[in-house]
Amino acid sequence: MYKYDEYDQQMVDTRVAEFRDQVRRRLAGDLTEDQFKPLRLQNGLYLQLHAYMLRVAVPYGTLNSAQMTLLGDIADKYDRGYGHFTTRQNIQYNWIKLEDTPDILAELAKVEMHAIQTSGNCIRNISSDQFAGAAADEIVDPRPYAELLRQWSSFHPEFLVLPRKFKIAVIASETDRAAMRLHDIGIKMVKNDAGEIGAQFYAGGGMGRTPMIAPLIREFVPLDQLITFSEACLRVYNRYGRRDNKYKARIKILVHELGRDEYVRQVEEEFAHLLTQPIEPPLAELERIKAHFTAPAYETAASDDLDLTDPDFRLWVERNTHAHKQAGYVIATVSLKPVGGIPGDATADQIRLMAQLAKDYSFDELRVTHAQNIVFPHVRKADLYTVWQALDEAGLATANLDTVGDIIACPGLDYCSLANARSIPVAQKISERFGSAQRQAEIGELKLKISGCINACGHHHAGHIGILGVDKKGLENYQLLFGGSEGADTSLAKIIGPGFTEDGVVDAIEKATEVYLANKEGEERFLDTYRRIGMDPFKEAIYG
Amino acid sequence: MVEVQFRFRDDETVNDPAVTVDSFSEQSNASAVRIEPGDDARDLLPYLDRLSLVEVSFPAWTDGRGYSSARLLREAGYQGEMRAVGDLVIDMLSHLKRCGFDAFAPDKALNEQDARNAFDRWDNVYQATVVDGRPAIWAKRHPA
Repeated sequence: MYKYDEYDQQMVDTRVAEFRDQVRRRLAGDLTEDQFKPLRLQNGLYLQLHAYMLRVAVPYGTLNSAQMTLLGDIADKYDRGYGHFTTRQNIQYNWIKLEDTPDILAELAKVEMHAIQTSGNCIRNISSDQFAGAAADEIVDPRPYAELLRQWSSFHPEFLVLPRKFKIAVIASETDRAAMRLHDIGIKMVKNDAGEIGAQFYAGGGMGRTPMIAPLIREFVPLDQLITFSEACLRVYNRYGRRDNKYKARIKILVHELGRDEYVRQVEEEFAHLLTQPIEPPLAELERIKAHFTAPAYETAASDDLDLTDPDFRLWVERNTHAHKQAGYVIATVSLKPVGGIPGDATADQIRLMAQLAKDYSFDELRVTHAQNIVFPHVRKADLYTVWQALDEAGLATANLDTVGDIIACPGLDYCSLANARSIPVAQKISERFGSAQRQAEIGELKLKISGCINACGHHHAGHIGILGVDKKGLENYQLLFGGSEGADTSLAKIIGPGFTEDGVVDAIEKATEVYLANKEGEERFLDTYRRIGMDPFKEAIYG
Repeated sequence: MVEVQFRFRDDETVNDPAVTVDSFSEQSNASAVRIEPGDDARDLLPYLDRLSLVEVSFPAWTDGRGYSSARLLREAGYQGEMRAVGDLVIDMLSHLKRCGFDAFAPDKALNEQDARNAFDRWDNVYQATVVDGRPAIWAKRHPA
C-alpha cells in the first residue's frame, strides 16, 4: 500500500501544526465558535449532542496493522474504549475533548494518518472498492488513481469552500461495491478499444434529501488528463453550484437543474481551457504511486483445499468470504454487526486483534467497507480456520454479510444533533428478531439500511429495504422503503406507505420477508422478487 | 474604503474607484472593477489590458466563488493587483494567495503575527495552480 515520502509527511505534519494553532486561538477566545466551526470541520471535528466527534480518514478504505493498532489505542486513550467505522470507509470517535485533538492528530501523523477534509464543504476522503487489489473481476487496482486524487484534492486552494461537501469514489470492476453512482463524482476505471486504461466519469449522484443516480458525463478520460478533467468538473460546480439553500447546494442539484447535457458542455469548455494550463502531474507520478500497490508475495502453490467440517466455520466461509484473484487465497470480511450490536462499532481490543490478524495472515493489510465492516483482503485458505477461530473468540465471527443482520445505520439521535429519530436501537431490534443464523441463511442477501433523518447518512435510499426515521409530532416514526440498490443495478428505494413505531417497523420487515419467501422463484434475492412482483403483495401483507 | 493590510506587490497601491462588473464594459475610462460572488469574471476578459485593480468581494469567507474568479483571470493573463476584500480569515490567506490574490483588505484587521504565520504555513503544495508560480510536489518528485 501507499507509503508517505518526505513531502506527504511534511504536509500532514504541517496540518497538525496548523490545527494546533487554530485550537489555541479558539481556546484563547481569538476565534469565536462560529469562526472556528468551518475550520474544525475541515479537520473532521464535529460538535455532537454530548461531545466532540473526530472522524479520521482512511483513504480509499485501506489500512495497515500499525495504523489499525493505533486506532485501537486512540479509542482507549481518548475515547471510551471503542470506535465506529463509517459508511465512508473512515472511523469516528464519539467522545473526544477539543483540547486533546491536536495530540490525537500528532499521533495519527506518526503512522501516516490524518483527519484532513473528513468533513466540511470540501472534497472529502476518496472512497473505493474494499476488494481493490484482490478482486477477481477488477480491470486494474483502482487505488493508485484514488491516491493521485487524494493528493490533488488535499488543500486544493480553489476548492476548500465549495457550496457543499463533495464525495468522490473510484472503482475498477463491473461489480460496483462502492455505490459509485451515488457520489458527487463517480469514477470507473475502464479499458478502451485500443486496450488503454482510462477513467469513465459520472457526476451528480448522491443520497440525502434528494437522491439522484449520477449520469455518465464522459466515456473516457485519458490517464494524463485525469486531474485536469476533475478540476474542470469542480470549477464549474464551485462557480455555479447553488449557495442560497444548503439543501440544494450539492452538485446533483446543479446537474439536475442545468440538465446533464448543459453541465457536460460547461465542463468540456472549462476542460479545453484548463488543458492549456500545465496542471496535470506527469504519468511518471502515477507510475510512482502504482509501485506502492504491487501484489503481495503470494505463495504460488497455496492449496485451494478448505476443511469445512466445522459447521459454524462453514457457514461463515459461505457467507463472509469472496473469491480472490490468486489461487489458494480468499477475501474474508469481518462483520461488525453482531446480533443486537451497534453497526460498525468495535472495541479497542477488537480493533487491535484485527490488526494483529492482518499482520499475521493478510500481508499486513485491512480494508474498511462502506457497509461498516472490516476486510482481510489476502488470506491463505490454509490459514482461514485459524483466523476464524481467533475472530470467533473475540465475538467477531458473525456470519451475516449482506444479510438482514448486516445493517448499515447512521449514529442517529443517540449521537447526532441533526437526527430526528434513533437508528441504533432499531438496528439492534431487527438484528435480534432475525438473530438465528438459520433464518438469516434462509432469507439470504437482503441489504437493510437505516437513516435517522432525511440527510440519509444511513443510505436508506439504496437499501433493498430502507428505513427512514422521522419526527412525527414529537414521536419517533419510521418510514419503510423497498427496492433500492447500490450495485451495478443502482436504483432508489420507494416509500411503501404510512410510517410505523419502532416495534411496528420490525414487525413490518418480518412480514416483508415472509412475502418474499412465499413468492421467491429459484435463486431470487429479496430485491429480485420485489422487482418482479412489485410493491402490492408486500403492502397487502403489511397494511392489509 | 477598506484598508489594504497585506500586499505582495512592488508597485504603487491602486486607489482608483472600483465599478461593478455590469457597468464596467460601458465605462471606457474605468481601470478598477469589483467582482461580487455571483458575477462571471469571464465577462472581463476583453478588458484585461485596461484593468489595474480587480477587487474580489467576500461577503462571507465560506463562499468560495471568488477563488475561481481570481484564478481564471490570472490564467487569462491578468497582471494587475488582485485584491481580496471583505470577510477574510487568517487560515485561508495562503490559499487565496495561491489562487492569484496579491493584496488583502479584510473588513477587520487581522492579527499581524498570526497572519504572517498563515502566509508562510505551507512549504510545499500538492497542486499546480500555475498562477502562484509554485512548483507542485509532483514536479519536485519528477524534475524535468
